[in-house]
Amino acid sequence: MANIASTTASAGTDLTARALREAVFAGLISLGLFVLFVGLETTQNIRNELVLNQRWGLLAIFVIVAAVGRFVMVAYVQPALARRKAAKAEAENVVKEETFFSRNFSKLAIAFLVLYPPIVVMACISMGYGIQGSLKWVDNFGVQILIYVMLAWGLNIVVGLAGLLDLGYVAFYAVGAYSYALLSTYFGLSFWVLLPVAGLLSACWGMVLGFPVLRLRGDYLAIVTLAFGEIIRLVLINWTEVTKGTFGVSGIAKATLFGIKFDASKDGFAALMGLPMSSAYYKIFLFYLILGLCLLTAFVTIRMRRMPIGRAWEALREDEIACKSLGINTVTTKLTAFAMGAMFGGIAGSFFAVRQGFVSPESFVFLESAVILAIVVLGGMGSLTGIAIAAVVMIGGTEILRELTFLKVVFGPNFTPELYRMLIFGLAMVVVMVWKPRGFVGSREPTAFLRERKAVSGSFTKEGHG
Amino acid sequence: MALETTTMTMTQDPILKVEHLSMRFGGLMAINDFSFEAHRGEITALIGPNGAGKTTVFNCITGFYKPTMGMITMKQRSGKEYLLERLPDFEITKHAKVARTFQNIRMFSGMTVLENLLVAQHNKLMLASGFTVLGLLGFPAYRQAAREAKELAQHWLEKASLIDRADDPAGDLPYGAQRRLEIARAMCTEPELLCLDEPAAGLNPRESHALNELLQSIRHDTGTSILLIEHDMSVVMEISDHVVVLEYGQKISDGNPDFVKNDPRVIAAYLGVEDEEVEQVIEQIEEIEGGKGGTN
Repeated sequence: MANIASTTASAGTDLTARALREAVFAGLISLGLFVLFVGLETTQNIRNELVLNQRWGLLAIFVIVAAVGRFVMVAYVQPALARRKAAKAEAENVVKEETFFSRNFSKLAIAFLVLYPPIVVMACISMGYGIQGSLKWVDNFGVQILIYVMLAWGLNIVVGLAGLLDLGYVAFYAVGAYSYALLSTYFGLSFWVLLPVAGLLSACWGMVLGFPVLRLRGDYLAIVTLAFGEIIRLVLINWTEVTKGTFGVSGIAKATLFGIKFDASKDGFAALMGLPMSSAYYKIFLFYLILGLCLLTAFVTIRMRRMPIGRAWEALREDEIACKSLGINTVTTKLTAFAMGAMFGGIAGSFFAVRQGFVSPESFVFLESAVILAIVVLGGMGSLTGIAIAAVVMIGGTEILRELTFLKVVFGPNFTPELYRMLIFGLAMVVVMVWKPRGFVGSREPTAFLRERKAVSGSFTKEGHG
Repeated sequence: MALETTTMTMTQDPILKVEHLSMRFGGLMAINDFSFEAHRGEITALIGPNGAGKTTVFNCITGFYKPTMGMITMKQRSGKEYLLERLPDFEITKHAKVARTFQNIRMFSGMTVLENLLVAQHNKLMLASGFTVLGLLGFPAYRQAAREAKELAQHWLEKASLIDRADDPAGDLPYGAQRRLEIARAMCTEPELLCLDEPAAGLNPRESHALNELLQSIRHDTGTSILLIEHDMSVVMEISDHVVVLEYGQKISDGNPDFVKNDPRVIAAYLGVEDEEVEQVIEQIEEIEGGKGGTN
């Protein structure tokens, strides 16, 4: 008995010793990494001279966080995880009952999204911020995230279903945004007319991109689509007579609800409803608009997956040569995938233009394409639910950084968390990819079944070769 | 005897006629002036040592290669003729009704077995769904077609004894089952000529026996003609009606299995007899055949 106790005690001290050792290593590594990034800072003073600031305190905090984090990880988190894994392995025979929540996840999520604006408005009013206080939550969180959800769902058709790696997706977003911005300012057409027009124009550009890249696969396809995205952006910058170049197009007409405008005029929305004037109504309207567009995207995607064309997309991702041997025209199949993906990107783009009231080429840089692609990959290619979760985590996460004012207490008053957005974005991606290499939802839902619908494990699906 | 007479009547009706087919890869003449006919309702085997150009012939027939020279004519039951060397690859399956399988299995491994068979019915379903538009709007015609497609898939799953695994991912199947699935998938395109590239490769004797039965029943029940490449002689000799032997891109023998089995050129090709000894081998074979005739 005493023997056993002593071995567990020695194992405990071993673990602590190992944790301490690894903590010191982690501290040293982070010291090496951050000594130039964080420890030293260069600023310009009023005479345009470069001044070197030393921030040893901040550096010390970084190092301590890394060391303590590693210690906690090795000493407590890893053993706990191992215990849980062992317990799970023992209880493997027990069939996991699907909870009500996981079964109806998408319905609950839609219900929540529909109720989101009233909940936020009521919460803000009851907390004394007034309806204006809800602006931030509806616009920055709700609308912003939903735009990315729609973009990622659109790109999912190209990357997740058809397996064609597209690094220039933001080009279609730009085409949609500029279609609305230019056609409404030059011809005065309304948003509701231009929404499908923007979608169609983007789909055409999707085909235009599709034709030259039909023969390309994998890396080559990625490079050409990347170039295509840059070409569109450079055209927008340099075709100054039409697009006004880097100044962008401003004063874009707002959307109307059955002809009712959201402004302070006599027949504006607020006046008609007898409510006090507030810009929040327009934001809430936009929220429902983008929610509707997202649901349309999801509906069409789900429906299309069960159509022969959707199956052909997935078959194309799995094996292109086998597709040809079954009499599938891979040219039209690829082009429809590009066109469908581009169409949703374009519709999202015109929504973006109407929401901002201003578009400039700066909104359509490569980074946007990368973020959208990252959301698709993190969510699990092909899975709408996974992608929506990834968009909430990634875009919502970076937005919430602005709210984390308490970090200033830790890192000093000059600390601006937004500047670390990309660092945290990258960190989150690494963590998710280690934890779930196939994204949040790695399994694939079959489109047809004979007896029971079984999800296909991610280890069987392929990523596509372009 | 009955089989022989049917073969004789079948001979009048070639389904696939390959004439003066040549395929050159740079300086290498992979196939040189190769001609043969496959007859309707028959199982034709294409055999030959490794590197003889069998798969190249297949790739020319199914449009994956464009032949350097020659003509490949596919004659359908309706009497319609297609020149396969002029059709783009996917139209050979779509219009000319020639389906194929691959030497190294090409499955849609992330899709279920049933989905694999539904993908094979793409063109039919595409029409029924009004090129997706009517299907998206939920027209009943598409639902009907989808149900029929599922029934056809079910039929072939039963034939290939895969019905119990219909909802499992194709990549999860054992090797022999994947081979059968590939054949079932090709049959779902409703072909008149089925080209199988080494269907028995890697199968154990029991599985290859089951394969023989599957191929025989395909031929008998649907009247689909079969063209197959095979190394496994137990399969070739047992099921094929007609064997074509290829060596270094040229035809060295063509006839029924018994004829080919005893053709000295075939034996020379497979066993590597030196040129001087060929004469001896021929004499030996003639002696054996004479002896057989005497006892009979």
